[in-house]
Amino acid sequence: MKKLGCLLVLLLMLGLVTPLSATADDTVAVPLTGEYINVYNWGQYIADGSDGSIDLNAEFTRRTGIKVNYSTYESNEAMYTRLKNGGSSYDVIIPSDYMIGRLIAEDMLLPLDFNNIPNYQYVDEEFKNRSYDPENRYSVPYTWGTVGIIYNTKYVTKPVDSWSILWDQDYAGKILMFGNPRDAFGIAQLLLGIDVNTADKDQLQQAAEKLKEQRSVVQQYVMDQSFSQMEQEESWIVPYYAGDFLTMQANNDNLAFAFPKEGFNLFIDAMCIPASAQNKKAAEMYINFMCDPETSAMNMEFLGYSTPLSEAKQYMSAELVESEIAYPSAEILARGRTFETLPDETIRYMDELWSTTVRAGEGVSLVVYVLIAVGIGALAVFLFIRKKKRNNY
Amino acid sequence: MKKFNKIFTIIVFVFLYAPIVLLIIASFSGGRGLNDLRDFSFHQYRELFRDRGLMQSMLNSLLIAVLSSLIATVLGTMAAVGIHSMGKKMRSVVMSVTNIPMINPDIVTGISLALLFVFFGRMFRINNIMGVFTILIAHITFNLPYVILSVMPKLRQLNKHLTEAALDLGCPPAKAFFKVVLPEIMPSIISGGLMAFTMSLDDFVISYFVSGATFETLPVQIYTYTKKPLPGRIYALFAVLFTLILLVMLLMNLLQLRETQRRNRKLVMPTNDL
Repeated sequence: MKKLGCLLVLLLMLGLVTPLSATADDTVAVPLTGEYINVYNWGQYIADGSDGSIDLNAEFTRRTGIKVNYSTYESNEAMYTRLKNGGSSYDVIIPSDYMIGRLIAEDMLLPLDFNNIPNYQYVDEEFKNRSYDPENRYSVPYTWGTVGIIYNTKYVTKPVDSWSILWDQDYAGKILMFGNPRDAFGIAQLLLGIDVNTADKDQLQQAAEKLKEQRSVVQQYVMDQSFSQMEQEESWIVPYYAGDFLTMQANNDNLAFAFPKEGFNLFIDAMCIPASAQNKKAAEMYINFMCDPETSAMNMEFLGYSTPLSEAKQYMSAELVESEIAYPSAEILARGRTFETLPDETIRYMDELWSTTVRAGEGVSLVVYVLIAVGIGALAVFLFIRKKKRNNY
Repeated sequence: MKKFNKIFTIIVFVFLYAPIVLLIIASFSGGRGLNDLRDFSFHQYRELFRDRGLMQSMLNSLLIAVLSSLIATVLGTMAAVGIHSMGKKMRSVVMSVTNIPMINPDIVTGISLALLFVFFGRMFRINNIMGVFTILIAHITFNLPYVILSVMPKLRQLNKHLTEAALDLGCPPAKAFFKVVLPEIMPSIISGGLMAFTMSLDDFVISYFVSGATFETLPVQIYTYTKKPLPGRIYALFAVLFTLILLVMLLMNLLQLRETQRRNRKLVMPTNDL
């Protein structure tokens, strides 16, 4: 009993003491001011000290004396729900383009004071004033990237320059496809020459029909499983992010990347300050810190995505900077399409098409449920009758 | 038939433990992922202890597990003693009410707690109510029934004349409780507490809904690892957690063993038994 008590006390002390010592080992620094900011970012979306990178949050604290409470989300939608429900206030969030448009439309962001973000000057012109934030009052780009076709040159011998390769019968059963409706519809729409931000029901219907056609050749609808699937050569073709392609290629030399001629999705993740922020000034300092070319360079080396600051490239490895995939030419970039906020009704319609048309009939069908129910019913009746019979004796 | 039983048992154990064994092997591997096992070393463990974010949330999880199980144990024991002294009808009513949180789906508990916290936050103008305290309260809430359920049967087994005898001999009620009743029910209190500890360490769904900007438990953090494939140090972390739970379980069994031994000794010496 005593031993148990000691163990519990020990664990408790471990828990209480470590957070203090964790901040204490960064000695030479601005002393802690007692201020803090709450940062809400995608999981694994910042250089955090692993794999020989620098811990950027600790570095920010070291330079400013402001503590960073860092928490993470797994999707734009999860972040949106958390913000909408309330109960916690965040000072900096990093959503993607279309979600920023939605947050602005719903008055959930604060306009930024760019006097406090001098490093904004380093942001390249093509990433300012994008359609999701036309006057660029609410957001400062964090990363950007593209979606293209990743394929294995060992097996895919036809030239890859069009999304139509994802419909190719010759590679049936070896093609992976996006597991979320927005990205999947985007590909079908690009292939059909429809605007990726359309709200027209007929056009959405067409895209859904196109995706349905693809079902017979698709091996699996995935998101991040594509890493292992492609690296182990269990699949040959997948539409995925350029930044992640660089990670995959490091583990399998046979992989290649192509920008389809019909156009592709260009996404931007940008830093914003939500309306519930409690320390806007410190939040702007944090955004400014992330826009420092040197910081951004260290961050991108870790993430593999592209930096919106050309200034940062001088601090990065030449290999990454010269990569046609991470930083495609202006000519290719011109084919990039950004997802915009769709009206709620369109999102619902798309989800509905996705589950009823494209992926209908997946999972356990109703027949199986009915059979199971009948089986259980029959068993119950059988047991009941037997019991009754026995009671009769 | 006997042979069949043996084979069947082996199959069950393989299915139960093969994933964990594989995970532990993977945690020592230097290759990428589970299909690529090679270069065995402690590298992943070093990486794990260097990852401040992960270590912090692991310590958060342990802190919450320890605190919530301790508080739930104290409250639960008090509740169990109270419920035990109720009338038969009242007792069964209260027991069913306390069992509801245990049977209730986690997601219902999680969302309703989150709603309640947000409501209080709005009422008292607390901007940032979600944090360590909301998680702690939530964990205590779902831990309580386990402690009560573990202590109740022991109280029922307890010879009620023991307390009466102590009172007869002039012992004040409070002292009688601490000197006579508590030592008797201690083993079940401890096993209830350990159960609560593992439940708390284990929980994802409820924590997901009540965690906020300032405090995150381990499962909640790992859930957001969708941007990149799962890093190898996560396997190391799972291996560490598994070992920890295993130790807790061993401790529990050891305590139970000691308890049976003690009881057997008592049977030999009837003078101890009233």
